[in-house]
Amino acid sequence: MVKKIARLTALLLVVFSFAAHAQTGRVTGTVSDRATGETLPGASVLVQGTTIGTVTNMDGRFEFSAPAGEITIVASFLGYDPSQRQITLPEGGTVNIDFELFADITTLEEFIVIGYGVQRREDATGSVAVVGSADFNRGNITTPSELLMGKMAGVQITSGGGAPGAGEVIRIRGGSSLSALNDPLIVIDGIPVDSRGITGMRSALSTINPNDIETFTVLKDASATAIYGSRASNGVIIITTKKGKEGQPLRLNYTGTYSLSTNAKTIDVLGADEYRNVINQRFAGRDNVTGLLGPASTNWQDEIFRDAFGHDHNVSATGAFRNMPYRASLGFSSHDGVLDTDNMTRTTFSLGLTPTFLDDDLKVTINARGVNVNNNFADNGAIGAAIMFDPTQPVTTGSDEFGGFFAWVDENSGIPKPVATSNPVALLQLRDDVSTVNRFIGNAQFDYRMPFLPQLRANLNLGYDYSSSDGEVTVPDYAAWSLVRGGQQVVYEQEKKNELIDFYLNYASDLNFLDSRIDVMAGYSWQHFWDRGSTFDTNFENNLGQQLGLNDGFRVFNDTRYETEYFLVSFFGRLQYNMMDRYLLTFTVRNDGTSRFVGDNQWGLFPSAAFAWRLDQENFMQNINAVNEMKLRLGWGITGQQDIGAGNYPALSRYTRNIQGAYYFFGDRQIPTLRPEGYDENLKWEETTTFNVGLDYGFLDDRFNGSIDYYFRETRDLLNFISIPAGTNLTNAILTNIGSLENQGIEFSINTRPVVTSDLVWRLGLNATYSETKITKLTLSDDPEYLGVLVGGISGGVGNTVQIHSEGFAPNSFFVYQQVFDENGNPIEGLYVDRNGDGQITDEDRYHHRKPAADYFIGLNSTIEYRDWTFSFAGRANIGNFMYNNVSSMNGELSRLYRPEGPYLSNITTDAFNVNFNNARYLSDFYIQDASFFKMDNISLAYNFSNFLQNGTNLVLSFTVQNAFVITKYDGLDPEIAFGIDNNFYPRPRNFVLGVNLQF
Amino acid sequence: MKKIINLIAVLISTSLIFTACIGDLDVIPLDERVITSATVYDDPAAYEQVLAKLYAGLAVSGQEGPAGQADISGIDEGFGQYLRGLWYHQVLTTDEAVIGWDDQTIKDFIYHAWGASDVFVTAMYSRIFYQIALANEFLRQTTDELLNERGVDAGLRAQIQVFRAEARFLRALSYWHAMDIFGNVPFVTEEDAIGSIPPQQINRADLFAFIEADLLDLLDDLVAPRQNDYGRADRAAAWTLLAKLYLNAEVYTGTPRWADALTYSERVINEGGFTLEPEYAHLFMADNNPIQNPGFNEVIFAIRYDGIHTQTWGGTNFIIHAAIGGSMNAAEYGMDGGWGGLRTTKNLVNLFVETDNRGMFYTDGQNLEIDNLSEFTDGYAVVKFTNMRRNGTPGSNLAFADTDFPIFRLADVYLMYAEAHLRGGGGSLEQATAYFNAIRERAFGDDSNNIGSGALNLDRILDERARELYWEAHRRTDLIRFGRFTGGDYVWPWKNNVREGGATNAIYNLFPIPAADITANPNLTQNPGY
Repeated sequence: MVKKIARLTALLLVVFSFAAHAQTGRVTGTVSDRATGETLPGASVLVQGTTIGTVTNMDGRFEFSAPAGEITIVASFLGYDPSQRQITLPEGGTVNIDFELFADITTLEEFIVIGYGVQRREDATGSVAVVGSADFNRGNITTPSELLMGKMAGVQITSGGGAPGAGEVIRIRGGSSLSALNDPLIVIDGIPVDSRGITGMRSALSTINPNDIETFTVLKDASATAIYGSRASNGVIIITTKKGKEGQPLRLNYTGTYSLSTNAKTIDVLGADEYRNVINQRFAGRDNVTGLLGPASTNWQDEIFRDAFGHDHNVSATGAFRNMPYRASLGFSSHDGVLDTDNMTRTTFSLGLTPTFLDDDLKVTINARGVNVNNNFADNGAIGAAIMFDPTQPVTTGSDEFGGFFAWVDENSGIPKPVATSNPVALLQLRDDVSTVNRFIGNAQFDYRMPFLPQLRANLNLGYDYSSSDGEVTVPDYAAWSLVRGGQQVVYEQEKKNELIDFYLNYASDLNFLDSRIDVMAGYSWQHFWDRGSTFDTNFENNLGQQLGLNDGFRVFNDTRYETEYFLVSFFGRLQYNMMDRYLLTFTVRNDGTSRFVGDNQWGLFPSAAFAWRLDQENFMQNINAVNEMKLRLGWGITGQQDIGAGNYPALSRYTRNIQGAYYFFGDRQIPTLRPEGYDENLKWEETTTFNVGLDYGFLDDRFNGSIDYYFRETRDLLNFISIPAGTNLTNAILTNIGSLENQGIEFSINTRPVVTSDLVWRLGLNATYSETKITKLTLSDDPEYLGVLVGGISGGVGNTVQIHSEGFAPNSFFVYQQVFDENGNPIEGLYVDRNGDGQITDEDRYHHRKPAADYFIGLNSTIEYRDWTFSFAGRANIGNFMYNNVSSMNGELSRLYRPEGPYLSNITTDAFNVNFNNARYLSDFYIQDASFFKMDNISLAYNFSNFLQNGTNLVLSFTVQNAFVITKYDGLDPEIAFGIDNNFYPRPRNFVLGVNLQF
Repeated sequence: MKKIINLIAVLISTSLIFTACIGDLDVIPLDERVITSATVYDDPAAYEQVLAKLYAGLAVSGQEGPAGQADISGIDEGFGQYLRGLWYHQVLTTDEAVIGWDDQTIKDFIYHAWGASDVFVTAMYSRIFYQIALANEFLRQTTDELLNERGVDAGLRAQIQVFRAEARFLRALSYWHAMDIFGNVPFVTEEDAIGSIPPQQINRADLFAFIEADLLDLLDDLVAPRQNDYGRADRAAAWTLLAKLYLNAEVYTGTPRWADALTYSERVINEGGFTLEPEYAHLFMADNNPIQNPGFNEVIFAIRYDGIHTQTWGGTNFIIHAAIGGSMNAAEYGMDGGWGGLRTTKNLVNLFVETDNRGMFYTDGQNLEIDNLSEFTDGYAVVKFTNMRRNGTPGSNLAFADTDFPIFRLADVYLMYAEAHLRGGGGSLEQATAYFNAIRERAFGDDSNNIGSGALNLDRILDERARELYWEAHRRTDLIRFGRFTGGDYVWPWKNNVREGGATNAIYNLFPIPAADITANPNLTQNPGY
């Protein structure tokens, strides 16, 4: 027997060597992932049109003989676009080709993550969108949400401003709520995290290192989200982090970015000379005004903004140790803000282990990630102050007073004027506002396949999310605005904990007799959120103000402590039924209990049902070759929102003790007070019913693919903060379940590859969303006179609002007076349309006019790969969104020039002379401006040095311009500000980013 | 078999976990500052602390000063503070004050142009009914039945009896404000539980009868005049309130009660033991209380402030800050700066002769005429209230005033006596003239400006009330009683949004029931004209 084999081998060798000598040459090389540089073991490499070829080994290398001459070699791998290369193979010679494959967007995620499990992409019945790391936005990314901005239909992400790590507003299909939280539920590696922020952190999400994220899965419709029950009304974002892969050799990866941020735009205000002229003209003869002018010429906005540098370094090691794949990463970044003194420094680590035991029956996933963030917060008040500050005043005076900074001082008393604008530079330089945040998120997941019944799996997930933060604000006692107070020293801290236990059983089996497959899951979840915190605010002992007789010395201004918690206990289940791979049914149900409500309202039931029909699998479609995917989806479900923004005990009758400044004196006795709180013991969650109909399509081998969805959502028992009949409760307005609200919209996405050649691939992706939200009910009685709830506070005056929630209108609709214009189109000051015709202009003449939410959101991405070059850009457009220009309404009128309450001088915007208002007209619709825009979010060029220095080492260099340009009619700083009121906005900088990725 | 046992074990243990975890849903607040109603009265001190909240409800805006944990919502905390709201309604709508700010609809108060959606009107109304609801809750929580249940001892019980009378007094005070400002209002008492059905509207005359009866009923439970802690209501405060009711009874009910007005004024004067403060200015200073100045004995009932411990953006802190602007030196008034808002009209200024020490105006750089409402220097500034102590040092905090606000004081009662007499309420003309002259003597430092009894008439009373009581939140009620608030018989700058002043519609004698409550409570009918 052995002999036979030996003989056969010898024969084969002879044949091969003969063949090699006769007509063949050798083809060698590697196949790797273009984006990550990782080699791809098991990729197939073939001569086109033949079966000659091989698969790559563990190192991604291949070697085989092929016929000599002009041949085309094709490398392909599941989840990647095939790549081909024409070569001339000399007889007996060797040609080395390295293939770099592009991840195929459409098939990248063979399995998609859904709540409590994964699902084959083809089996999905809900509206689910996935963005993988290959498609993330590039550039100076400080918070994970920036990675997917503009990438998905129906998902709108608006950053809170240009500060490093700034918070964001994420809306999936608009908001389903008015006063409750509208943020989606975020689930990190199976742990639903607390949506409320962390004290001392600009954004809770920015505690996650964006480089550790593998995919974002967004569950949009109720049939997908209902498994998360009472927290799912605003959609769910599941973040999956990168893991090691089985059998992978050690790979090291370094990613670094170096960025330069510049302030892209400033507000046009009067220059010093112009300002001096205006004051001297308008206040001629009034020495008390003109005498306030200073001798200097200062551009205050230039003084506070700077070019800022940032850098970000990440090292990761991925591999497998025996049966234990691992990934470990270390990241460090430091980003300065364009506002002087602003900085965020972040150090992160992560460790992921995915070992298997017991013949692969037990799969364990352990994730641990930690972050340490140090913030240096600049006083954002400097932004508004720089617009207002008198340009004729110097930054510094040369004296030692007030730290050397100019301040408006009462000439009689020598005390800084409390209502006058503070010196913007002093605000930045004298205020020290730092915080340190540490966060740990870890989970251990055990997935056990029952040996006696392999169709049955038990899954236990234990999660723990802990953060602690502390911060300190220090303002010296000599700072002008702090002199009377005696300086400021605030120490605050917070500790948060989120513990999770999930357990579910999953039974999945083929039902051959029905040509079907069934997948049943039932589980239980317990989650506990706890947090406590404190703030301690004092002035300084023996402070300067005390010496001047301005205060009585050391004093505690604020000494607050709190501790609070809530629990969520849930039972959930899902049934998926797949018949003939054509008809797919999904039912889910979740029964959620929350400690936030009392009695029967503690529990809520959230069901969903969905049906999908894979038309492409039908016989009648088999002959239509152009269509490779066609799936119709129908879904319905009910979800809830229990994060109602009223604390953790909104339904309990409570008494609250006073804190500082709210004692009352009986004689000489200082009595603490106890306040009984108003409450609604019948408070419960909001319920949102969603209908969704969608179509997934793919044509010409997925050359064109995408989906289209229509959704309709209705939120009932909408929590509204309404006036209660006076005298019937211990407050004047209460949060209660009273209204309803509707959202509907259409989402469309298409990904195409218009050009695919061996050298050049062009990918183009477009997504568009139409969205409409309307409040349908707000009160118990149907009082036609009821206007709604005033919202949208502005700067200027006190308590002025420009928005309203009203029945029949979009939330936050602007609510203003209708400006009258003269024949030249200029607004006539103080003249409004008497809309109710009662002959006078009163509060009742305000009307609903536009809204801040866009009607259409469009995202556009393009990537062109030519050989080793990659050029890409990503842009977004919002259409139909309006903005209240508060910068202009506040600073664009002439009475701002001289502020008698100080008195002090204030600068105005240059448009004030065009508008020509002599007094503030905050509520004129003149300031409601069209803020539709197109933004080029980033443009990037990258070059890939494959086999850099040595084989298997990959270097990618990239250059990215972020926030490259904006096209808009809007006059203000930025047309994209969440909630539509432009005031004191931290400008989004333009970033120039150099990126390095080295893999070996 | 083994499998089944395993399975059963798993089921049992998991169901145990589930049960334990479901129990987690019934939580009690962790924060020791948050107390549930089930346990709050375990502490005997709680009764006084809840009562203190009733008083504090007039002084501050929430459980943190100057702002934070607001009592009512929908308005800036400072605007929604009780005294500031009362001041806006009673002073800013009259010839006593104008304001320069663009805060929401505030200038409509000057113009007599407010509407039913006005936030300031809504806030005042909410504040009034917040006070009423607090008082009702206190009365519900201190019934004999509940006190028995809690085993409250006799000593505390006696105190609680007084607390209850004070709570009812405070409720009567707020109901009086409601009746005076809004007319026919919803009516709730301790009989109506929290979260109950919308209350019925009570007509003004019936509410008058309720307040009157309630006050008469609680009088005996109150502490004798000047025997309670300063700042808490005593019997004299209730008498004064009764006198106020009766003096305005014709406006409220159509039936005058002059004799009753005189009777209760007389009781305050004769049985109260109050004396005029020799220095008028001392009444409005940082140490205007008998704790710091033991001889201080004119104020019958005050809203108390402390620059450190009782802070607000409303109250006297607002009145003093807002009145400082232009070339004024804030430090001279004990403040850290001015807000440059409040001034007065020439109508008030022209009531004073030079030697009247009550005419406390700042005129340097100020114009008597008001061309531009938004310009602080148009109109004289008023420096009546300050945060300076008698000895010339500032109050405890430059940023927040210490100054108490007198709700009722003896000089007002003197003038009420005089007016009630002139209107036929009895008493004697000599006595009325004597009271009138007592005030004049203080104002001028001697009797040179005293009047003879023949010269005492109603017009003089109204003018004297303005001179003596301006900015003390009486003017609107006084002008209405004299028929000079709306209409064109008496005008002042910027009334009806006209520089020289114009006639306004009589509907503005009452403020509207806020639209928010009309919506919330289907039992309510709006006041005519709104």
